[in-house]
Amino acid sequence: MTTTEAAPAVVPDFGDDEAEARKIVFICSKGNLDMAYPALIMANGALTEGVEVDIFFTFWGLDMINKETVDELQFTMLGNTAMHMPGAAWHIPQGLGGLPGMTSFATRMLKKQIAALDVPDVREFITLLHDMGARLWACKMSYDMAGLTDDDLLDEVEAVINVNEFIDLSDGAQVIFI
Amino acid sequence: MALATLNGREVHVDEEGFLTEYDEWDQELAKVLAANIGVELTDAHWKVLEFVREDFKANGATPTLRRVTNVGGIPTKELFELFPKKPAKKMSYVAGVPKPAGCV
Repeated sequence: MTTTEAAPAVVPDFGDDEAEARKIVFICSKGNLDMAYPALIMANGALTEGVEVDIFFTFWGLDMINKETVDELQFTMLGNTAMHMPGAAWHIPQGLGGLPGMTSFATRMLKKQIAALDVPDVREFITLLHDMGARLWACKMSYDMAGLTDDDLLDEVEAVINVNEFIDLSDGAQVIFI
Repeated sequence: MALATLNGREVHVDEEGFLTEYDEWDQELAKVLAANIGVELTDAHWKVLEFVREDFKANGATPTLRRVTNVGGIPTKELFELFPKKPAKKMSYVAGVPKPAGCV
């Protein structure tokens, strides 16, 4: 529909007048490459919308902020019944996923597809989110279980915190568990 | 699409108030758009706006923040300082282009 009458200019609502800032907490509990991205992408979107973001890395999710493992996250076809080649509807037999070299093949392919969309790798993404103001936390119990020291964690990590501190900081936030 | 009066002339805008005609934008209009959202334009802002407009013209799409940083050379932190809270939407609004469509 086109109107011919000029109306007073509408100014977009960027939410600057909202009294309470929205806050989202992401819990990253997985260390698979494909499970690392959902939180990273949603956190990025939230930050560009002016939402306060905290990310808590627990169990295998700790691999996303561990210097030794952050670049080594893998994607496996095993256990993923949705697995099919891009553009093809037929599913890849589960047994193929168990063949030697299949996991590194699948990992390479996924990384290529992600890079093709100009989406950063996990390490760069962590830096990006940190620069945008996200606060990153490591889970104390997972950290102790893995026998890590502070030097093992990426510099962007704020601190290692226990569950009580986590419950405290997620007060009033929307929580997304991945 | 509707017509709205901005800076004493009629321009095409969408329902949110974003300009829809690339060529209806000029620097004077940018100052008015910026003032509408409480932003006073400095040289640093102009650098962002110029990149966003040039990139939009070249590629037909509004650059994402990541692209403004990687290709335009403006650090992400700075974008948040220049256009607080919602830099992607705010820079697009002032630059007279649509909101970025990409996710990252």
